[in-house]
Amino acid sequence: MKILVCIKQVPDLESRFKIAASGTWYAAEDLAWRLNEYDEYAVEEAVRLREASGEGELVVLSLGPERAGEAIRKALAMGADRGVHLLDPLSHDKDPRQIAGAIAEYARGEKFDVIFTGLQSQDRGSAQVGLLLAGLLALPAVTTIVAFSHEAGLVTVRRELEGGARAVVKVRLPALFTCQLGLNTPRYPTLPNIMKAKKKEVRTIAVTDLPQVAALVRTEKLAFPDKRGAGVVLEGATSEVADRLIAILKEKTTVLK
Amino acid sequence: MKVLLVGEYRDGKILPSTYETVAFARKLGAAAALFLVADPSDLPRFAGKLYLAAAQQCGEYNPEGHLALLLQAVQAEEPDFIVFLHSAYGWDLAPRLALALDLPQISEVVALAEGAFVVPACNGKLRRTLRPLGQRAVLTLQSGAFNADGEPAGTPQVAPLTWAGSAVVELVGYEAASRGAVDLSRAEIIVSAGRGIGKPENLALIEGLATVLGGEVGASRPVVDAGWAPHERQVGSTGQTVAPKLYIACGISGAVQHLAGMKKSGFVVAINTDGDAPIGEVADVLVVADLKQFVPLLTGKLGGV
Repeated sequence: MKILVCIKQVPDLESRFKIAASGTWYAAEDLAWRLNEYDEYAVEEAVRLREASGEGELVVLSLGPERAGEAIRKALAMGADRGVHLLDPLSHDKDPRQIAGAIAEYARGEKFDVIFTGLQSQDRGSAQVGLLLAGLLALPAVTTIVAFSHEAGLVTVRRELEGGARAVVKVRLPALFTCQLGLNTPRYPTLPNIMKAKKKEVRTIAVTDLPQVAALVRTEKLAFPDKRGAGVVLEGATSEVADRLIAILKEKTTVLK
Repeated sequence: MKVLLVGEYRDGKILPSTYETVAFARKLGAAAALFLVADPSDLPRFAGKLYLAAAQQCGEYNPEGHLALLLQAVQAEEPDFIVFLHSAYGWDLAPRLALALDLPQISEVVALAEGAFVVPACNGKLRRTLRPLGQRAVLTLQSGAFNADGEPAGTPQVAPLTWAGSAVVELVGYEAASRGAVDLSRAEIIVSAGRGIGKPENLALIEGLATVLGGEVGASRPVVDAGWAPHERQVGSTGQTVAPKLYIACGISGAVQHLAGMKKSGFVVAINTDGDAPIGEVADVLVVADLKQFVPLLTGKLGGV
């Protein structure tokens, strides 16, 4: 079985963001970077399928700047066989259709049986790239999966719905799946596997060498949301702060007896 | 301006979120038609044209079938915008339609901005303003961002649609959410634990505070996904929707999905080390502190009241 998992490197969301000089994206300086959380589940599910099927290969792909290579190495340490880095220093300016278009240009000739992506990225959250990629490759796709099982080319998944209900869905391979949080328990790469991952092949392809896809959306502005304003901010784990909080709760709510 | 609204139907019922798209059309000042795959004997309350396909015929979840039907409605209606909810149904179908029509899609719209659309970024910490290039676009709306004003009313003029194909993706059935003995929707006080508790042992701190307040323990999705708390404790769009008199969010950043489940709370206290966390937007009091120090302090004082 030939498996592709598409991943993205995103900033740690606990970071303190600053708006870049362009005014359309966050400044990349002083941020800690990590593998997009949804993609951790996608990589884990891909590795499990790879291990269960025994033969074939698992390719991990990321489109992004130089540093996205770190996310590829992490996926390789989790168990992917080889990496593909679609190098694009300007990926933050690309819209979902451009990103899916570039990935499709690479993936079209590879004839993958299964493709996993995260449901969405934590920074953009468009939830489009996986489905657009499936559409461009003419593959069936199922989104927001929280359970996956495979037997002889037939896949059964559970889609998570609002309120926690699930839909049980069947589809034949080849197909693409977008992974929701909680799909599995992503493994931590072990030190020997981190060392092994350093020797695995990563092929770099400049997106400028692929056919270009026109943008459909323009980002006009990135900004901080307006604070609701009414909230009181108290700082510090101190006795005084606890007293003030209790005083506020006594005044503003009826629940403190 | 014309919009085609895509309603939602699941497990035999039209979902109330359908009416959020109607509220959005009103806010946009656009003439609206509605598309729905549902039971033709149970029509939505909507004054306008309804493109309706029978769920009995083409299934409640059948992406290829619903896309083909939607393309018929788009061809007949020629809308400027096709509007979905940003939901398990909407985010699954919208990009398929955008690709088929070669249109831009803007996901999770929370506000309008002079012909452009405002969407969240970085889990709600930031807002992006996006403008579709061209006159037409596919939009998905953040759940709860455009609330219906008043009861929906009207009787639609039905334009029936039919689909004759074979489904590529087969919906086998539904599994109900696991609900234990806990019904958080009735709790007057909820103390919720988020990722900021750091390790499962620290859940005891949250339980301690809930106990002295006589409240229930809630949890955010990451805490449930990590197996630190059962799903029946999860607050959010894929867990329980709650409206207690007092909600104390401990170490919860305030992802959109979490806020959707607790924003109707009467009074919200957030305890978080990150003063910029989006939970601060809905908090009446934001305590910028490490919950591991602050919660025991607060519990001790309340216990001695």
